[in-house]
Amino acid sequence: MTRARGWRLAVFLFILGFTLNLVGIVSHVVVSSLAKRWFATPLPGAFTTEWYAYSWREFQLDDVLTVTATVAVTVTALALLLGFPAAYVLARRGFPAKNAVLLLYFLPLLIPQMTYGIPLATSLYRYRIGGTIGGVILANLVPMLPLAIFVLLPFVEQISESLEWAARVHGAAPRQVFRRVVLPLALPGLLTAGLLVLVNTVANFELTFLLSGAGSQTLVVALYYAVFAAGMRPIYSVDAMAVIYMAIVLAILVAALRFVRPTQMVFRLGGK
Amino acid sequence: MRRAALLVLVLPSVIYLLAMFVYPFAYGVFLSLHPAQGAPGASLANYLAFFGDPWQLRTIAVTASIAVPNTIVTVALALTVAYTMRRGIWAERTITALLVLPIALGTVLVAEGINGFYGPKGWLSQGLQALGLGDPPRLTHNYTGVMIALFVQHFPFCFLMLLGYISGIDPALEASARVLGARPWAVFRRVMWPLIAPGAAIAFALVFVMNFGVFPSAVLVGQPAGQTRTIAIAAYQQAFEHSDMSMASAIAVVMGLCQLLGLAIVVGLRGRLAATGVATVGAGKR
Repeated sequence: MTRARGWRLAVFLFILGFTLNLVGIVSHVVVSSLAKRWFATPLPGAFTTEWYAYSWREFQLDDVLTVTATVAVTVTALALLLGFPAAYVLARRGFPAKNAVLLLYFLPLLIPQMTYGIPLATSLYRYRIGGTIGGVILANLVPMLPLAIFVLLPFVEQISESLEWAARVHGAAPRQVFRRVVLPLALPGLLTAGLLVLVNTVANFELTFLLSGAGSQTLVVALYYAVFAAGMRPIYSVDAMAVIYMAIVLAILVAALRFVRPTQMVFRLGGK
Repeated sequence: MRRAALLVLVLPSVIYLLAMFVYPFAYGVFLSLHPAQGAPGASLANYLAFFGDPWQLRTIAVTASIAVPNTIVTVALALTVAYTMRRGIWAERTITALLVLPIALGTVLVAEGINGFYGPKGWLSQGLQALGLGDPPRLTHNYTGVMIALFVQHFPFCFLMLLGYISGIDPALEASARVLGARPWAVFRRVMWPLIAPGAAIAFALVFVMNFGVFPSAVLVGQPAGQTRTIAIAAYQQAFEHSDMSMASAIAVVMGLCQLLGLAIVVGLRGRLAATGVATVGAGKR
């Protein structure tokens, strides 16, 4: 019995250590963004918030945030608009080639973005869509549409089909059945899927990186370039930008975690 | 629902993915076989150039030397921890919520945090010095940095995935084995492992594929010009620094094939690992 308990303790200490390491990584960024100067001491000698203003100005964050919001909202809207009908049919009907369609939805989640991002970027640049906000939106929709579909699927499956039949029997037209019965019942699913797509689009790096040009960088790509060119600007200002990014992602994440358990989220992120 | 209505509902998303996923893939393969300069017909020149150039060919070895050990360590630890915690732990909700952080925040932010925290002036090295343990070896901007970054990123992913999978297994199976006198190891080996193996194989495959495509971490916490010049960096450089989309597509195809090879090995091993003669009744999520 004591051996089993010792084992459990060791495992628990490991997970505690890992969590502390995560907290350390994140809070180091936060502390650094607030430091006037910080060099090899546990905490900086003096704190300041001026790096936020500096960062906002130097990295043109108002433009970057406008792009980020435009991309994230458009991708979410399109993913739900195209994804909900597909999820509805997949949940309700069997049809020929259903497995092939499922595979088609599944592959963009399974294959890493770097692998299909390069050919995708090549084709989009060829049609001169690459490097524009439109290109970033189109590319991001490739993994986000399947994500929306797979998140919506179990929600639609839960809606009893007899409710729809009952509405039909009472004389509702298909359009009314959709508006008055299916849509209200699917609202929690749409909200969950929307939040997950939103947070994933804001945090999605590879495809946005490959497709964005000078005026179409999202926050995470701008952050990459700032970290990449470390030394060009004070590290505190780069960290200030990182904190702004973090705050946005966390706000959406907290909203999302009200609807899904963390373990469910990973299954979705990994594509089931 | 009529067939026409059915089509109208599913077709838009299918057409979208055909146009934006399948077509570019096919176009990429086509392009990789038609080098920028050279004969008008199809040729393997790009692939021959890649495999003939030690600087390029090395990227496969570099990527594998990162991806393979990292995947094994990540999955083994995640499996151990998830198995031990299958019946819930203290502060589970808080811990799992914290573990979602690196997944949601993404590689770029984690990389920047690691550069600070594990860097030569960071909290870790300060802490070790305060304990009188001296300076740790350099942990960022090299191979070790990339390994740390990938582990921080993928351990939570793999752990949460396996935790969800393992807690989906019917506890009655384990309980019966115990009642019949099986010791903890026998319970794991003869009852639980055959049920967990498919989930572990999926986790292994996903982590391997993600590790093999590593890009931002290899640049930001690694040494992109040398030690950690992975195949994704090579493909990116061809595409955006040399503007040779044909060669870049060839490298992307090679990268995809390596990932496919990894998947094939996992699928092959899975059959062997799970073969213990125990029927897989009551498995968790499929």
